[in-house]
Amino acid sequence: MSNNNSWDWDTGKRLVADLEPWHNEFSYMEEARISPHGENIAAIVKNEDMEFTICSQGADGSFITWENSYDKIWNLKYGPDNRLSALISDMAEWTVSTDDTPWENTYDFAWDMTFNPAGTHVSVSTQKELQYSVITNDVPWENSYSRLTDMALSPDGNHTAAVVETIPVLESEIFKFRKGCYSVAVDGTPWGTNFMNVWDPVFSWDNARVAASVRTNYQDYFIAVDGKTWNKSFTSVWMPRFSPVDKSVTAPVKTNGKWFLAKDGDIVWDRGYHQLWHHFYSRDGLKIAAIVASEFGKWTLAVDDTPWEITFSQYLTDAVLSDDGKRAACVFKDDNKWGIAVDGGAWEDKFDMAWKPVFSPDGRKVAAKVEINGAYHVVVDGTVFKTAYDHLESPVFSSDGSKLLIKGIEKNRYHREIISVKGGL
Amino acid sequence: MTESKAVKDTAIDDQGIIKGIEQLSPEKIERVINQVLKSETGARLKTYVDTCVHCGLCSDGCHYFLAHDRDPKYSPAAKVKQTLWEIIRKKGKVTPEFIENAAVVAYTQCNLCKRCAMYCPFGLDIAYVMSVMRRICHKLGVVPLYIQDTAHSHSVTKNQMWIKDDEWVDTLMWQEEEAQDEVENLRIPLDKEGADVFYSVIGPEPKFRAQLIYQAAVIMNAAGENWTMPSMPGWDNSDMCMYTGDYEMMERLKKAHFEAAANLKVKKIVMGECGHAFRSVYDMGNRALGWKMPPLEVIHAIEYYNDLFVKEKIKIKKKFDRPVTLHDPCNIVRGRGLHEMSRNIVNATCKNFIEMTPNREHNYCCVAGGGVINCGPPFKNARVDSGKIKAEQLFAAKAKGAEVVIAPCHNCHGGLEDIIHHYGIDMELKFFGDIIYEILELPE
Repeated sequence: MSNNNSWDWDTGKRLVADLEPWHNEFSYMEEARISPHGENIAAIVKNEDMEFTICSQGADGSFITWENSYDKIWNLKYGPDNRLSALISDMAEWTVSTDDTPWENTYDFAWDMTFNPAGTHVSVSTQKELQYSVITNDVPWENSYSRLTDMALSPDGNHTAAVVETIPVLESEIFKFRKGCYSVAVDGTPWGTNFMNVWDPVFSWDNARVAASVRTNYQDYFIAVDGKTWNKSFTSVWMPRFSPVDKSVTAPVKTNGKWFLAKDGDIVWDRGYHQLWHHFYSRDGLKIAAIVASEFGKWTLAVDDTPWEITFSQYLTDAVLSDDGKRAACVFKDDNKWGIAVDGGAWEDKFDMAWKPVFSPDGRKVAAKVEINGAYHVVVDGTVFKTAYDHLESPVFSSDGSKLLIKGIEKNRYHREIISVKGGL
Repeated sequence: MTESKAVKDTAIDDQGIIKGIEQLSPEKIERVINQVLKSETGARLKTYVDTCVHCGLCSDGCHYFLAHDRDPKYSPAAKVKQTLWEIIRKKGKVTPEFIENAAVVAYTQCNLCKRCAMYCPFGLDIAYVMSVMRRICHKLGVVPLYIQDTAHSHSVTKNQMWIKDDEWVDTLMWQEEEAQDEVENLRIPLDKEGADVFYSVIGPEPKFRAQLIYQAAVIMNAAGENWTMPSMPGWDNSDMCMYTGDYEMMERLKKAHFEAAANLKVKKIVMGECGHAFRSVYDMGNRALGWKMPPLEVIHAIEYYNDLFVKEKIKIKKKFDRPVTLHDPCNIVRGRGLHEMSRNIVNATCKNFIEMTPNREHNYCCVAGGGVINCGPPFKNARVDSGKIKAEQLFAAKAKGAEVVIAPCHNCHGGLEDIIHHYGIDMELKFFGDIIYEILELPE
C-alpha cells in the first residue's frame, strides 16, 4: 500500500458527496467506490443517452461525469494511488481507462484488472482473435497464447506472469494433456518447462523470480521456481510464497495424509495438520503465519508452527500479522456468527459479517469493519462504534497509529471522518 | 465371469480406458491399489466389506439390475464382487484386464445414487465402495475419455466446459443485456461485495443453457434480491473430479468456489438446479478440505425458490396449467431431503401435479448421475438401455396425464432427455426455474 502520510489527518467529519442528486439524475447507478484516501467517490452510471459513464463528486457538492461514455463499463476500481480505473468497451473493443484516459490498445475482451502495491502499474488479461495475452500500462506482451489464466503482477509493477498453454491441446486429447502443455510465461516468455497443470504464479519480493504450484502427473505435485521443480513431490500443494528476507520459497504441502509447511522442498513445520493454507510472512520476514485445521473441523491460526489453542468450527479467513510480527488477528465463523480473534482470543461481540482486521502500525490497536443487522460499523479492539453506515470501507490507521480514517455512507451522504484513537477510545 | 467380460459384452471402444490399460503393469497396479487401500481407506471400507452377507437385497434397489431383467451381474453386490472384493482378496494382485472391467463397472454401471443403501439391511453404502474403485482407476490413469477430459478442464479453468475467463464474463453481460429488454436496468451484479446471495451455476449453463442464467436474474430481480455472481474462476460449482476420483483436484475446485464467495463477504451461496454439484459442495468437497459442513451457508435452488414463496417475495400471474410430474434427483433428495420442499414449489406454481411412482427417496435415478452421462458417447447406448425402468416409470406418469417432467438437476435433464427420446415417451422436461420464470409476475 502507498504511504498515507500525505493524506489529510485533521480530526473531524467532512461531507465529501451527497449522493441523493446522483440517484435523482441517473436512472441507473451501480455501487459507489471510494478512494483509499477517502477524498473521492465514484460510480458507474448511465447518462441520458443510456450510455455508460462514470460519475464522481465535483466541487461545491456537485457531481461530474467523465467526458467519455461507452457501450459498457465494469470493474470500476480506485488504485492504491487513488487514481480511478475501469474496463471500458466501445463498438465491442475493450480497454482500460484511468481517470477518463483510455489506453490506445484495444481487445476483444479485457479482465482481471490488477494493481501493484504502489498503484503505479495496472495490468489486465486480454483476448484478441482468440489469442490471450497481458498488458500493463498500455504496453502489451509481444507473445500471445491459446489459453491464459492466473495473471500476476510483480511488486514493482515492471513484470507480469501468467499460466499459459504453450502447446495447444484440443478437448478430448487427454493423453497429450498428460504429457504437459502448460507453463508460466513471464513478461510473455514461457519457462522452458511444461507441466500437466500450473497454478498460482507469484513473484519474489525483488521482482526477479516466479514460483508456482504444478503437477507433472495425477499423483506428483511440486513447487516450481523459475521453471525448475523442487526435488521432492507431494500428494498436493497450495500456493507458494517467497521469503522477504532470503531467496527461499515456502509452500503448504501434503504428504502421508497430513499438511506441512515446506521450505525449498524440505518440511519446516513438522507438526502435521489436517489442513494448512494461506501462509504469509510478517513484514520483517521473520515470522510465518498460516490458517490451519488442527483436526477435522477445528480451524485456527498458527504462527511459526504453533497453533492457537482456541479453534473455530466453521471458517477462518483474513489472517493478518502486525508489522512487527508479534501479534496476529483473523476473521472466524463459529456457531453461524462471524467474529474477530486476536492473539488467540475471540472478541466478545459476534457479527453478521466481519472484514479483514487491520493493525495500527505500532501493533497496539486492531480495527475492522463489521456488519450488524444489515448496517456496517467500525470496531476497534472489540468496541463497536455506534454509528451505523449503509456502506463502509475498512478503516485505515495513520502512520503513527494515533488516528483512524473512517469512510462511510449514511443515508446517501458520504462522509470522510478522522477520529483520534490515541490513549484509548 | 471372466475378468474382462463386461467390456467385451458391450463392445465398448473408449480410448481413455483402452490406452490407460496399455500403460499398466502388474507391479504398478499392485502398488497403487495398496497405497489407496492402506492410506485412504479405513474402518469404513473394512466394515462394509466385512459386514455384507451377500444377501442380495440390494439388487431390487438398483435400476441397472431391474432394467436388465434382473441379471445378477448388475446387482450392487455383484458390482462390488467384480471390483473391490476381488482386489482385496487378491491383495492388489490383479491383471490389467481386471482393471479394465472394474473401470467400466465403477464408472458406467453405477450412478452412485445410493438407492441400494436404503434396501441393504445394514445400510451399506455401495456408492462409497464404487468411489474407492474409481479412485484407484484415477490413480492408474484408467478413466473413460470424456469424463477425464472434463476433469482436465476443471484442472485448467476451474470449470468443466473449458470456458475461458473472458467467455464467462461475456456470457453474463450478454444475458444481462438480453434481460434488460424485458426488465429495464436489470443487472447481473458482478463481484458485489457484501451481497446476501452468491449465485453459482455449473459449467454447462454458460456453455449451452445461458437462458437459465437469464431466468435466474429475472427471478432474483423480481424478488428484490441483493445478489452477485463472481467474475473470476470459482463460479462453477460442479465437480467431475469428484466422480473420476481425482480428489486433490476436487479439493482445489471446492476451495476456489468457497473462497470466491467468502472473499465477496456474501451471506450464503445459492446453487442452481444441479444435483452432483450440490453433493460436491455440501458433502464430499467440503469434508475433504476439513470442514464438517460447508463453511458458508449453501442452499440448493429448491430451498431458495421455496423460501421465495414462503416469504411471498415473488408473485405469479397464474399457475402453470399443463399437468406436471416431478423427478426427485438422488443427490438432493436421498442426499439432502429436499423432496417435500420440491412439492411445496410444485403446489405453489402448478395446477395439476401427478406423482410418479416410486417417488421421493425411493425414486429411480435418471441413469445419468454419478458422472455416467459424462463418460460420453461410447457408453450412451448402454446407459439408455439401462434407463428402461425409468422409462416405464415415466410412461406410467404419462398414462395418468402428466405432460411435463420437472427435474431440478442438470444431469437428470440430460439423462431423462435421452430416455424420453429413446423410448418415445413424448414428455417435456423443465427446471423449476423454467416454470417460475414463465408464470412470474414482474414487479412494476
